[in-house]
Amino acid sequence: MDLMEILSYGFIQRALVAGTLIALLCSVLGVFLVLRRMSLIGDGLAHVTFGSAAIALALKLYSASALLVSLPVVLLSSLGILKLTEKARLSGDTAIGIVSAVGISAGIILASVGGGYNVDLLSYLFGNILSITTEEVFIAAGLFCIVMILLLLFYQELLAVTLSEELARVSGIRTNLISAVLVLLTALSVVLAMKLVGIMLISSLLILPAASALQLARSFKACVCMSAVQGCSSVIAGIFVSFVTNLPTSATVVLLNLACFGCAFLARHLLDPRRSN
Amino acid sequence: MPREIVRAERLGVSYRVGQVLEDISFQIEAGDYVGIVGPNGSGKSSLVRALIGLCTICDGSASLFGVPCARFEEWGRIGYLPQNLGLYNPIFPATVAETVALGLLSRKRFPRRITGRDRETVECMLEELGIIDLKNKLIGELSGGQQQRVLLARALVNEPELLILDEPTAALDPETRERFYRLIADINNSRGVTVLLVTHDTGAIGQHASKMLYLDKRLLFFGSFDQFCRSPEMSELFGEHSQHLMCHRH
Repeated sequence: MDLMEILSYGFIQRALVAGTLIALLCSVLGVFLVLRRMSLIGDGLAHVTFGSAAIALALKLYSASALLVSLPVVLLSSLGILKLTEKARLSGDTAIGIVSAVGISAGIILASVGGGYNVDLLSYLFGNILSITTEEVFIAAGLFCIVMILLLLFYQELLAVTLSEELARVSGIRTNLISAVLVLLTALSVVLAMKLVGIMLISSLLILPAASALQLARSFKACVCMSAVQGCSSVIAGIFVSFVTNLPTSATVVLLNLACFGCAFLARHLLDPRRSN
Repeated sequence: MPREIVRAERLGVSYRVGQVLEDISFQIEAGDYVGIVGPNGSGKSSLVRALIGLCTICDGSASLFGVPCARFEEWGRIGYLPQNLGLYNPIFPATVAETVALGLLSRKRFPRRITGRDRETVECMLEELGIIDLKNKLIGELSGGQQQRVLLARALVNEPELLILDEPTAALDPETRERFYRLIADINNSRGVTVLLVTHDTGAIGQHASKMLYLDKRLLFFGSFDQFCRSPEMSELFGEHSQHLMCHRH
């Protein structure tokens, strides 16, 4: 089967478009999250998405309609993590752990009450980008535009807060607002990414491209660009490889990302042994 | 009449562990170079942090440029160099130029952008502080002294009227420390920037500061360096010999 034949399939075209957009978002946001030691927020919010998906399914809302439930629930939960960190004097990982556990418990209870796990709910666990609908691609494109515009508008503030929250505050930056923007953008991206990699693997899409870029980048801008390139190329390659080899797309994407990280790690050791210490 | 830059009136600061500062009153005027000294845990850092809103004032009041600290928003007039360099992530991929450019954000409005002209301003500042060769290096790869200069460049790049430095020399060797103090004195003299410098190194700061503010939870002394050297209270506190050593200007 040649490349053109694979590209002629509608579901492959949809997967490539949506996958690229989602990967771009996750990999760019991932740089900020990893440097702020908030990388597991993706995992926590994914668990909440699972809970919200269970609510949507209980309300007989499927595919794109399920976003009507998932989006507000996950956005509110992301703010909940921030508030818990600020008000309850908890560290970020503890707050993420609490919200994550609540999300997954809600999902399990609702699934149990609703007559057990069905195919739709299980697709949230492992993701299935190849089953993405045209409607979902348009929603992904819309949300991608919103997140990218906000990211560009707040880029300098995000960089300043990531470098040092204290210095950012003395520069007149509303650090609470910027942290809220970051978690809300992450929440939007996580909801979108559920279809691509599912709950189990979502944090890898946020973490691995950023972790690879951090091995080699010689400036912040370069780090963001390298992370974006890896995120996108691993999703595109993952879709092709999984289609040809009949492997699950989500896991293939993650393993390709892991391979990129391994290469970046080795390259760093080979190129500049001083930096490897 | 000299312009008032900082004023504190019966200022008090407390944390959960208890009161760290009480009944602090002083006034700092434009062009002053004030050394804030005192023993460990005396509240030196808490004082400057309270002034710039990084910790809450529980009693009394304070103002910057005549505006109460709680309502102060002209952050472009202030340059701040924090105590703890460890707050920088060692793997942080920002270059020196990117880090210094962030100092310009305080004078910008949303959406804040770094322009080509800003990059030129950053280069001029790096040149002025003699660190232009570090421009493309990562901040995490620099030595303590180099990092300190980069952070100073970040604090100065927006041309502040008030420069607040919190234990800036703690991680530096004696020679670099002395160079740093001379650099700050030069900035104070040549640009007329008002300086508030927190340090535990009373002798070294005494060589450069025009005023001394001695704290130990309360304000024990505020006045010129000469007054500090002649103060019987300070003499009693330090002992005459130590006071003489501190006050002996090289």
